[in-house]
Amino acid sequence: MSTEEIPAPAQQSTQEAEPAAAPPPVPRTGPAPGSARPDAPQPVTTVPGGVETVRPDHERRRRGIPRPVRRSFGPLGALLLWWLLSRTGALSADTLASPVAVFRRGWDLAADGTLGSAIWVSARRVGEGFLIGALAGTALALLAGLFRLGEDLIDATVGMLRALPWVGLIPLFIVWFGIDETPKIALVVIAVTFPLYFNIYAGIRGVDDQLVEAGRVLGLGRWGLIRHIVLPGALPSALVGLRYALGSAWLALVFAEQINAGNGIGYLMNNAEQFFQTDVIVVCLVVYAVLGLVSDLIVRLATTYLLSWRASFDGA
Amino acid sequence: MTTYATTPAAPDPAAPLRKGPAAHDGTAVHVRGLVRAFAGRRVIDGLDLDIRPGEFVALLGHSGCGKSTLLRILAGLDRDIEGAVTVPRRRAVAFQAPRLLPWKRVWRNVVLGLPGRADRVLAERYLAEVGLGQRASVWPKTLSGGEAQRVSLARALVRRPDLLLLDEPFGALDALTRSTAQRLVGELWARHDCAVLLVTHDVEEAVLLADRVLVMRDGGIAHEAAVDLPRPRDIGAPPFVALRTALLAQLGVGATGPAAADATA
Repeated sequence: MSTEEIPAPAQQSTQEAEPAAAPPPVPRTGPAPGSARPDAPQPVTTVPGGVETVRPDHERRRRGIPRPVRRSFGPLGALLLWWLLSRTGALSADTLASPVAVFRRGWDLAADGTLGSAIWVSARRVGEGFLIGALAGTALALLAGLFRLGEDLIDATVGMLRALPWVGLIPLFIVWFGIDETPKIALVVIAVTFPLYFNIYAGIRGVDDQLVEAGRVLGLGRWGLIRHIVLPGALPSALVGLRYALGSAWLALVFAEQINAGNGIGYLMNNAEQFFQTDVIVVCLVVYAVLGLVSDLIVRLATTYLLSWRASFDGA
Repeated sequence: MTTYATTPAAPDPAAPLRKGPAAHDGTAVHVRGLVRAFAGRRVIDGLDLDIRPGEFVALLGHSGCGKSTLLRILAGLDRDIEGAVTVPRRRAVAFQAPRLLPWKRVWRNVVLGLPGRADRVLAERYLAEVGLGQRASVWPKTLSGGEAQRVSLARALVRRPDLLLLDEPFGALDALTRSTAQRLVGELWARHDCAVLLVTHDVEEAVLLADRVLVMRDGGIAHEAAVDLPRPRDIGAPPFVALRTALLAQLGVGATGPAAADATA
């Protein structure tokens, strides 16, 4: 406890003795109106004075529209605009089919099993590619993140390969792997590996050094430090990488299925292109979007569960 | 020549609570001619230090004087040193920040690093000792600053150290919580009978808890004061105030006002 005595400021008295020479007093926020001395310099205020009632949260929330409803206004409005434009003929069916036509077509494709089998084929491509890419990305990130030798050998190499535009690899992959499943899966692998690698690596290297030191004092060995401190500490970042990876996995699939697909969603789309079936194309785009959203939702749920220990900002 | 006892070893969880002085006779900490330089600047320069088993020593000094560096050396965290250092094999550290792993529940934090399976009963016993027996299964994020620091103490004590190193453990706490935590440390020390080195910048805290207060300056121990006051100590008693004033003078803080007047009375 500090025993240093701070002398009481004598400013108040000097100010009264010689108000002209004294420096202006420290501005006080929100003085009651009329309470300021007429000769005192006007304090700078940004907030008007007076009183306000602090309303409890539960009273405030009751007002207005519930958030889920409010959030649906935007998408529903866009859908309504689309329908109106199609209905009035401003948007021809050759340019973009109306939402009603898209819905009907989607229903038919689902009913005759075309859509189901296409989704299955595409989801398998993403699944296989994701699995291989996730293993590769995680393994490389662990080697580079945990060991200095690994860092020297891997990090610069991955950084260099990262600079290659992976969509541009398609021709090369066709030369290497032919036009079957392999080039499509390979493209997904590439798209998954990099975001996972960079995020896990950054997560490992971003682990709080003070916690590692504490672990060392507690008697943890090298493996114990990795298992109890480094890997859990890298998890938040790894999960961000996982979301990125899944997003780009679906994107890679869309690109991959534009070339020589004999089945899958991309094949449906290419076929529709030949006959100007914009309704089928839109159905396929919606399916891609829904599949991407579903995989993202799964990761988000997993994140909520795995990171329940974390105290963080939830949004205002 | 650097004599390190060895790396920290975890205690045998089956052994009974140890009573009496540390296993080896003589000193718990023995330091001779310790030098630690950072980029050519000697922060610790020829320092000698002895701590007896079971002795409570407080180390005072201005920030940057090297007191935390000394603690890190004794903890075995900094080995880039010259000189002879002997410390007990069983030692534990409580840092200024509690440094709990946020992804482990409180009880798992307490027994982290102990050999064998994580022993919840053991963790709860030590948590109960710091008054947190009911909070064993919560996440650290739900603890207040004072509670987290108490968990950190339990985590140190569960290792049954012969030397407990406290690096300004109350520095971040508010005055009321700090006072409670200081009393707790005094009680725990009396019960566990380990040597304690408390690094602090709070003179009152040092005089309140320690058997001996050291003042560090210019890389060495510049001043030493035995605190021969009966416990529990009364911070208002004249001998207490006199000692505090003397130590403040050693730190170059001229005490003014009523404190100095009391001391001279």
